[in-house]
Amino acid sequence: MNAGDTAWVLVSAALVMVMTPGLAFFYGGMTRSKSVLNMLMMSTVCLAVVSVLWALYGYSWAFGNDVGGGLIGGGEFAGLADTVGAMVGVGSDSAPWPGTDALPAPAFVMFQLMFAVITPALISGAVADRTKFWGWTAFVVLWVTIVYFPVAHWVFAFDGFTGPDNVGGWIANTLKAEDFAGGTAVHINAGAAALALAIVLGKRRGWPREPMRPHNLPFVLLGMALLWFGWFGFNAGSALSAGDLAATAFTNTMLATATALIGWLLVEQFRDGHPTTLGAASGAVAGLVAITPACGFVQPVGALAIGLIAGAVCALAVGLKFRFGLDDSLDVVGVHLVGGIVGTLLIGFVGDNSVNSAAAGDNGLFYGGGLVQLGRQALAAGAVLLYSFVVALVLGYLITVTIGFRIDEENEATGIDETEHAETAYDFSSLGSRALAGASRPATPATREPVGESR
Amino acid sequence: MKLVTAIVKPFALEDVRGALEHLGVLGLTVGEVRGHGRQKGHTEIYRGAEYSVDYVPKVRIETVVDDEVADTVVDAVVEASRTGRIGDGKIWVQPVETIVRVRTGERGSDAV
Repeated sequence: MNAGDTAWVLVSAALVMVMTPGLAFFYGGMTRSKSVLNMLMMSTVCLAVVSVLWALYGYSWAFGNDVGGGLIGGGEFAGLADTVGAMVGVGSDSAPWPGTDALPAPAFVMFQLMFAVITPALISGAVADRTKFWGWTAFVVLWVTIVYFPVAHWVFAFDGFTGPDNVGGWIANTLKAEDFAGGTAVHINAGAAALALAIVLGKRRGWPREPMRPHNLPFVLLGMALLWFGWFGFNAGSALSAGDLAATAFTNTMLATATALIGWLLVEQFRDGHPTTLGAASGAVAGLVAITPACGFVQPVGALAIGLIAGAVCALAVGLKFRFGLDDSLDVVGVHLVGGIVGTLLIGFVGDNSVNSAAAGDNGLFYGGGLVQLGRQALAAGAVLLYSFVVALVLGYLITVTIGFRIDEENEATGIDETEHAETAYDFSSLGSRALAGASRPATPATREPVGESR
Repeated sequence: MKLVTAIVKPFALEDVRGALEHLGVLGLTVGEVRGHGRQKGHTEIYRGAEYSVDYVPKVRIETVVDDEVADTVVDAVVEASRTGRIGDGKIWVQPVETIVRVRTGERGSDAV
């Protein structure tokens, strides 16, 4: 066991954890004030629900020994059996398993858990303002079970990683598409599901006629800051070691995010005449998304290019929802699906195996590798996109016809915070505000019988 | 007596107050309000989507003055709040039947 690596992965897991509440604020600030609590709750519930499922069977289905042609892992780690006291590491013929840099399995289990938590939370931005809380929670349970856990197996499970004879997923081992920290498994996966749910749930009442402006842009920027900070754990932690690869991933993450922010602002300046706060926050996240799959496979100059392209492309993409009449409330498709695709495909151009000795794929086009890797990247992206979209669409309609997925029109107009959670985020009342302490205080005294008298 | 109501840009409030004080106007009521005139609101841009904001923040200043100074007061408010750009506001003057000082019960000009 390597104590330095273990410490880094544990710290990274904690960094990734804070991304989910960070995302909640990023999204929460973008909603109207009557919906902010529901937005925060849709992320918060993922922390709880997905953690439990991950322990019960999620980790096993993602990282257990393959039972279905690279499509899903087995049940041997259900309930996190055989993880305490066990090690994970890169095993091969030349290096005995576990290798010298092996990690305690629980460190890896927790690190990967945080990815499983934030991925469904990313989807929630597409369904803001109009989704029943328990309908959403049911969707999270079903989607991570049927989509995330298997797709994590496809992309993240490497042969021999969790045991000497352990067989991993098809994208990682057979297709040899490269995804360092989850461009396909996390961002394309979530973005495709977001597209499906935006279709299932339909437009918000009044969209796009009524302005639905962000109610708190400082929240958005605060959320962006937490995401950016946590993303160093997401990307550099994915090296699973405290060494030069982690440092490279860290560097690339910083550089791509910086150029993406600038790219988005430049598009806004030329298109709209003003660089906006929301644009800066969105550009940063677009850059973080795009560099995620690539951060361990590209040179810093590649990261600069990926960020700039992603920032500009995503800034242009978010406008398309008005053209298609698709109410993806907070642009999950425009930022995560498009950003994820941009980053995944650009590995086919700027991927450089000299960055990462463990890289299984070929060099990108600009590093003498031809178009082979680009094709693999496109296939991986397309497979995850299609699977996630179709399953999310089916699950969405299933929830709609069973427990119901969308709140009714009156509640939507009143505000989802009040009707779904019996709370409002802000109390601005200054004239005669009167707390209704407990059920015994009548809401409208004039129409109620005196307290204490029998009816 | 006349009620002078002025809807002006928020930043002009202190200048208007100073001008009225200079004229010896003793009482003011001020409120934050929103609205629009013939130019309508302004535009905000979020992720490339333009939203027109129909109701622009303004302040409403109200004061009751004697008939003979009403025109002077109006001129002073105009002077203090005019920028020459769109959205400077409106002022209107209405007759007031009576006015009562609550503390003493005085009525009419004595109560102004």
